[in-house]
Amino acid sequence: MAPVTVIPPEELRGRTAPVWDVRKVRADFPILSRIVRGRPLVYLDNAATAQKPAAVIEAIDRYYRTGNANVHRGVHTLSEEATAAYERARELAAVFLGAASPSEIIFTAGTTASLNLVAQSYGGSVLRPGDEILVTEMEHHSNLVPWQLVAERTGATVRAIPVMESGGLDLGAFERLLGARTRIVAVAHASNVIGAINPVNAIAEMAHQVGAVVVVDGAQSAPHLRVNLVAIDCDFFACSGHKLYGPNGIGILYGKRALLDAMPPWQGGGGMIREVQIERSTWAAPPERFEAGTPPIAEAVGLGAALEYLMRWDWEALVGYEQALIAEASRKLQEVPGLRVLGEGADRVSVLSISMDRVHPHDAGTVLDTLGIAVRAGHHCAQPLMRRFGVTATLRASFGAYNTPEEVEALIAGMHEVRRVFQ
Amino acid sequence: MTSDLDELYQSVILDHNASPRNFRKLDDATTHAEGRNPLCGDVYQIWLKLDGEQVADASFQGQGCAISKASASMMTQAIKGKTVAEVRDLFEQFHSLVTGRTGGAGLPGKLQVFQGVRAFPIRVKCATLSWHAMKAALDTQTAD
Repeated sequence: MAPVTVIPPEELRGRTAPVWDVRKVRADFPILSRIVRGRPLVYLDNAATAQKPAAVIEAIDRYYRTGNANVHRGVHTLSEEATAAYERARELAAVFLGAASPSEIIFTAGTTASLNLVAQSYGGSVLRPGDEILVTEMEHHSNLVPWQLVAERTGATVRAIPVMESGGLDLGAFERLLGARTRIVAVAHASNVIGAINPVNAIAEMAHQVGAVVVVDGAQSAPHLRVNLVAIDCDFFACSGHKLYGPNGIGILYGKRALLDAMPPWQGGGGMIREVQIERSTWAAPPERFEAGTPPIAEAVGLGAALEYLMRWDWEALVGYEQALIAEASRKLQEVPGLRVLGEGADRVSVLSISMDRVHPHDAGTVLDTLGIAVRAGHHCAQPLMRRFGVTATLRASFGAYNTPEEVEALIAGMHEVRRVFQ
Repeated sequence: MTSDLDELYQSVILDHNASPRNFRKLDDATTHAEGRNPLCGDVYQIWLKLDGEQVADASFQGQGCAISKASASMMTQAIKGKTVAEVRDLFEQFHSLVTGRTGGAGLPGKLQVFQGVRAFPIRVKCATLSWHAMKAALDTQTAD
């Protein structure tokens, strides 16, 4: 496995930014040659799910054709190979996210499952009546509803850190909300609606000062930022394989080893026990303790291939490229009459949301679809944030490593077409 | 602009979206229902005033896309003055029209514009949201 170097920003000063070879990357993604409604596909729904490179598709195909078996305890060659591939994916995930050890990486069904696991297992065992869980107004429902469920069960309360008009979190309010009752702070690393990047390092430091544990929803940050969990120093971090150019059906939950060791299982079943008797059982050590049943093996193989592929990328070049792309898109969109980009003031990953006068996002989305442009319209599973910005739905465009400046132009032309239809 | 798009956003739909008809609360309504699409957040209130077997008045309020709003607006116009049995038949025909099973030949000409929805299956729910709410309002009333 190639070591991954993270270059500190001070070493980058004065250097020419490396160039992102988008044509070369596009060639790795077979779906990008598709024609939709007579036009070449312009895929700008990456925050929902990213497309898959041939390396991922082929790895899954190869696994099912030549290596399919269940993992762990099999005495035969195929099971041994499948186990090695599954555990190798875990090692790759640890390296990719900068975790201290692969034993801190749990495979789940996705970010939602990861967050439910933390809420039920960790939250369920530590929360007491009167305790507080802090979330933010910009959370995806998957980092809000699981906390409501465990709060109801334990007598804890869920409170939200407000989002400012700029799209940034109100850190002053966060400081005032933090207190002796705060047990858990659950925040998105990046918003799935407006793309705003939250200062999770600072949030973790502040939360730790009052003894709270920090849960980061990294579904939207891991595909766009070079995440380093040891540097962030959060306690839990969740992300999804399918947004990382890998298969769906697999997610990652990172947890600090000491916390995982103390947590009870979330689901019971095969693979998560040490010894089972009729009346009681003892648990395996993490990560197996949290992986009951046959895990998503082909998905882990596919995720491993995706992570190997991603770790060959020059992330310094990618981040610079995506930032230039989103800045250009934002600037040009705001030149379209009657159009507003929400939370425009925040640093963000390459995700943005648009609101238009007198045009519902679904209608705009349909017009764009006839031009072969795939975007998302709706509340994006973030109804509190919709309420915060006084809208019921937005049109969201989200860019990935293979999107081009020409596709930004196509989006802008599409929005002018929307205006023309609904003038 | 492609023909599918022309077909979907005909001027009559754009007109009803910009100036919805019967867009008010019906104070003397005899039945009411809410239509909500949790996937997209569209929500409409439908009010009906039944006089015996006849729909004497119909109105709606709410928010959503052009397709759902125009559909609600034109529906309130289409059902006013019809009997409950006729309205139930209109519901079935409208549903068939947008899902592409039949031409919805018995529908008033204006409602035929929703045929364009067939090319966009994902928008069928937008076109039928207020119709389902209206049917729920009828069902509530007749169950009493």
